[in-house]
Amino acid sequence: MKTYNKGAVKALDGLSLDVEEGTVLSVLGPNGAGKTTTVRILATLLSPDSGNATVGGIDVIKHPEKVREIIGLSGQYAAVDETLTGWDNLVMFGRLYHLNKKAAVKRADELLERFSLTDSAKRPIKTYSGGMRRRLDLAASLIVQPKVLFLDEPTTGLDPRGRQEMWGVIEELVKGGVTLLLTTQYLEEADQLADDIVVIDHGKVIARGTSDALKKEVGGERLEVVVDQGNIAKTLEIVARVSGNKATLDEGLRRISAPVSNGSTALMEVLRSMDADGIHALDVGLKRPSLDDVFMSLTGHAAEEEEVKK
Amino acid sequence: MSAISDSIVITKRQLLQLARVPEVLIFSTIQPVMFVLLFRYVFGGSISTGQPGGYVQLLMPGIFVQTVAFTLAATASGLAEDMKKGLIDRFRSLPIARSALVLGRTLGDSLLNIVVLAVMGLAGFVVGWRPTSGLFKVALAFLFLLFFGYALSWVGIYIGLSARDARVVQNVSFLVTFPLTFLSNAFAPTTGMPRPLQYVAEWNPVSTMVAACRQLFGLENQFGATAGSFPSENPLTMSLIYMAIIMIIFVPMSVKKYQNASN
Repeated sequence: MKTYNKGAVKALDGLSLDVEEGTVLSVLGPNGAGKTTTVRILATLLSPDSGNATVGGIDVIKHPEKVREIIGLSGQYAAVDETLTGWDNLVMFGRLYHLNKKAAVKRADELLERFSLTDSAKRPIKTYSGGMRRRLDLAASLIVQPKVLFLDEPTTGLDPRGRQEMWGVIEELVKGGVTLLLTTQYLEEADQLADDIVVIDHGKVIARGTSDALKKEVGGERLEVVVDQGNIAKTLEIVARVSGNKATLDEGLRRISAPVSNGSTALMEVLRSMDADGIHALDVGLKRPSLDDVFMSLTGHAAEEEEVKK
Repeated sequence: MSAISDSIVITKRQLLQLARVPEVLIFSTIQPVMFVLLFRYVFGGSISTGQPGGYVQLLMPGIFVQTVAFTLAATASGLAEDMKKGLIDRFRSLPIARSALVLGRTLGDSLLNIVVLAVMGLAGFVVGWRPTSGLFKVALAFLFLLFFGYALSWVGIYIGLSARDARVVQNVSFLVTFPLTFLSNAFAPTTGMPRPLQYVAEWNPVSTMVAACRQLFGLENQFGATAGSFPSENPLTMSLIYMAIIMIIFVPMSVKKYQNASN
């Protein structure tokens, strides 16, 4: 259990989690949920006020120097020197991991190659794109093949292409058998990369399990219909009656949805009723719950909501 | 010891930064040279010193000390920048000695001072500065200046790691260094100041440093020092005491600050 008090605000409140060796755990939560604090404690950057934590069997409070030998840290806060080139950075970090000059150079070249950065190796990081910068940052945390890798929001702020590239790189790493703790505010990212997901909010774990298990927890399928503005009221009624549940409306998308138990039958029924009333469906479908829905039902607010506030 | 070799890697990083962005080195030498020229030709004519060779003989030690005192600001803002970018976090997650980063940074800033002092010395020579004490004492004076800058860069480490915003660091550093360098005997005689300020100026470490350098460069005149007070009589000893005090206070404080640093 780790608790960290900062002023009157408890950043973490009785948070407890564990990652099995060789697996990926994603800590999912909005900004301010305590994700970064968790990583900072585990990476020995921060001492908790109370509680304890071990990484690779080593106590982070008693033997932080030993923990540092087996971890790699990368993400939104751990950074590289932007005035130096990518190559300069990797060689420098290699030297700080106590590789000799020759080994540091060799490792830098390998990593640049592996992360498709060889062409930009001799350019200052300042000139890198967001995605390249993150890849180099990740490379810097892999100099000595860490047993445990922490990635703190590795794709926050990247464009979709940069995100895809980063995911590819992370998936490669996972295949290589590293134990990974990944924080993210993107539900999609957790879904894509993690074996297990821990959802946290306000410093507390509010749910845990595999992506599938979490989705099941929220319930089964949802029926969704998109209609013209004028038909919304009537459609809401139909969907509510057929599903036997409260139908919700996304006004911007004019999308009406409700949880249904017998998906295809309900779908047919709704379409028949709409047809009888002369309502044309612009789009209709059955959706398995996304992690967004999971988050919504667990916290009562959407994951992205907090992001906008900040 | 790995703490030493780790520090050297950090120092090398700073030198590499200078190689990648040479403007930094160029401007950190242009500024003191500009000071030499401005003071030499703006005040030089109107301040009578009763000193053979004129104002520039007294001015140069003052400007040397002022320049090394500004190391504090350079160290502080360099570190604040690393903090902001998250580099400090990265270094702190590495299996390196906790003193390595701060030690490396202070060494790097001292190396930069060597270059700056050399260029300034040349500029001074061009505008008429002629130390008369011989090579050994002149070298000793420069060594002394480097140590002073080194001691102050530990204060800079503390400021750099304490500030929550890099912009504040610049302000705080100037707030420390400006009064320190001007409330002294560096550019004008202290005898013209109000009496209470004279005491402050006399005990000011910048004054004792300037006086010590003037002695080492072969000047008799202490430029307004009140006879009889300990710092005016023993500027060299007093300066050494100050450096020791600064280091004793700020080395452990800065290392501790670094260990608990978080942005």
